[in-house]
Amino acid sequence: MTTATARVSRHGSSTAKPSKNARARERAVAWARRAPLLPALIFLIIVTQLPFVVTLIISFMNWNSLSPDKTGFAGFDNYVQILTDPYFLQAIVTTIVETVSVVLVSLVLGLGLALLLDKKFIGRGLARTMLIAPFLIVPVAAALIWKHAILNPVYGLINGTLTWVWALFGSDTPPQPDLLSSAPLMAIIVSLIWQWTPFMMLILLAGLQSRPMDTVEAAQMDGATPWAIFRHLTLPHLRQYLELGGLLGAIYIVQNFDATFVITSGGLGTANLPYAIYETFYYANEYGLASAAGVVVVIGTIIVATFALRTVFSLFKKEAAR
Amino acid sequence: MSTLTPAEPRSSVPAPHARTNGSRRRGKSRMDPTRNNTAAGIAAWLLALLFAVPVLWMILTSFHSEVDAATNPPSIAADLNLDAYKEFFGATSGVSPWPSLINSATASIFSTVLVLLLAIPAAYALSIRPVKKWTDVLFFFLSTKMMPVVAAVLPLYLFAKTAGALDNIWFLGLMYTSMNLPIAVWMMRSFLDEVPVEMLEASQIDGAGLLLTLRKVVAPVAMPGIAATALICFIFSWNELLLARVLTGVVAGTAPVFLTGLVSSQGLFIAKVCAAAVVVSLPVLFAGFAAQDKLVQGLSLGAVK
Repeated sequence: MTTATARVSRHGSSTAKPSKNARARERAVAWARRAPLLPALIFLIIVTQLPFVVTLIISFMNWNSLSPDKTGFAGFDNYVQILTDPYFLQAIVTTIVETVSVVLVSLVLGLGLALLLDKKFIGRGLARTMLIAPFLIVPVAAALIWKHAILNPVYGLINGTLTWVWALFGSDTPPQPDLLSSAPLMAIIVSLIWQWTPFMMLILLAGLQSRPMDTVEAAQMDGATPWAIFRHLTLPHLRQYLELGGLLGAIYIVQNFDATFVITSGGLGTANLPYAIYETFYYANEYGLASAAGVVVVIGTIIVATFALRTVFSLFKKEAAR
Repeated sequence: MSTLTPAEPRSSVPAPHARTNGSRRRGKSRMDPTRNNTAAGIAAWLLALLFAVPVLWMILTSFHSEVDAATNPPSIAADLNLDAYKEFFGATSGVSPWPSLINSATASIFSTVLVLLLAIPAAYALSIRPVKKWTDVLFFFLSTKMMPVVAAVLPLYLFAKTAGALDNIWFLGLMYTSMNLPIAVWMMRSFLDEVPVEMLEASQIDGAGLLLTLRKVVAPVAMPGIAATALICFIFSWNELLLARVLTGVVAGTAPVFLTGLVSSQGLFIAKVCAAAVVVSLPVLFAGFAAQDKLVQGLSLGAVK
């Protein structure tokens, strides 16, 4: 931005006088256009970019606040430790498994629900409202409900229902799985899928409703089966909506902290990178190590984002050419 | 197309065309879709109920006594009472959730107002009178959102500690502003894009000043979008846990932080947890349903209309 301005002014000084005035006015106009943008831009750079630079610096330091006398330059030691320490390697794997499975399953479920809600039926509005509700429960509250009211092995809803169903058939030995300790990561993933499916459904439903119906009707006239219509017309149209839902969902789910914190406190291999970083600096006071892990997360995100942003850009390009 | 002949009864002709031939309107052509819809309706209702079960169970349990909440099999038809709510509001423990609820409201409303003050002018400069390379600026905003909060939280914590801003609800509000600003700029740009160019040009030709144009042309079109953006930003701030957990303590703890501390006590607490979850989620449910019409456009950052 500054370079562009400098170029304009340099050109302005080399030309004749009346044109210099014109250039100055042009420059004033350009700055008047920029002015409303600057407060937001400057605020964001100070609050998000500056701290990251500090994180980058700390990541090359030996810094544990409990032993301040050992503070000093560490080179790449922290990074080596992150990429060899089983705890962090597990956290990287957990983050990937968690994000990919939650995004994929909630996209598939959201697609199914969107296809159903795209049809007219009695009480569609109410069904839609009920389906949105999980997304509008505070994540911490949702995690608490899943942990204590649903998955609790003694009196949770799931095991309670199993007892009830088995009793219907005259059995008093129902299975009582303890999912919180036998499949803790699964418990976190299920609660996240429950929260994020409505989000995917909303985006895909909007995509379905923007579908050009004349081609669908033409296909129906030609005797195309519902599956063929779905496979060759609906799915290609929905592709960009699926990508958008996947990208936005991934941005939020990669950062999941609440569900891990509440349901397992990061135990039993469920700590994802955000939780591992939190634990490293908040409880272990290893500032250098936590910062290096933070930088690793950002590098990973940048790699994914360069691919993802290109996708999103194609979606917005159409819309931008208004 | 305008006349429907008996020769093609199976084609699903849309109602407007069928209407030209009144006698056939309820004919065979509408039967197949209707039957499909009944099946789809039943399936949709079953799935909707399945998804709503945790919410309904949470609400039902919140009105049960602690003893009835902890039975196996579940006591669905147990007596209803408000004991769990009284318990949550500190009837016996004396610990009131009100300070944390007020803290959450303070941080969320303060940051939402600040976000709007910063995002509306920025969106104006990216939509109505766009700067050069406005797409680059827009994607810079989005890229800051892709950086996980956790990668910046330590410097923010160290800064707050040095500056004496730890456990300060206004500092937390500032952090929420930076968290929501990028997505608010995107949402707002999408809503401002809906202001017709012709109307802007017309008002310019008529010599209307900037303020008049904003008030008479931009505001009426953009107002529902601004409201939806505000509600979505409020929800994200209200829900946030990581920053609140790190940056606040006894004084400025928010409702989510209060919720995480609820379960440390001994004894039965399920009904109390359910009541707490209901109370803390109520503002989000209200805000979400108030923004329902624009929720998709907002959450998809304007990519989906």
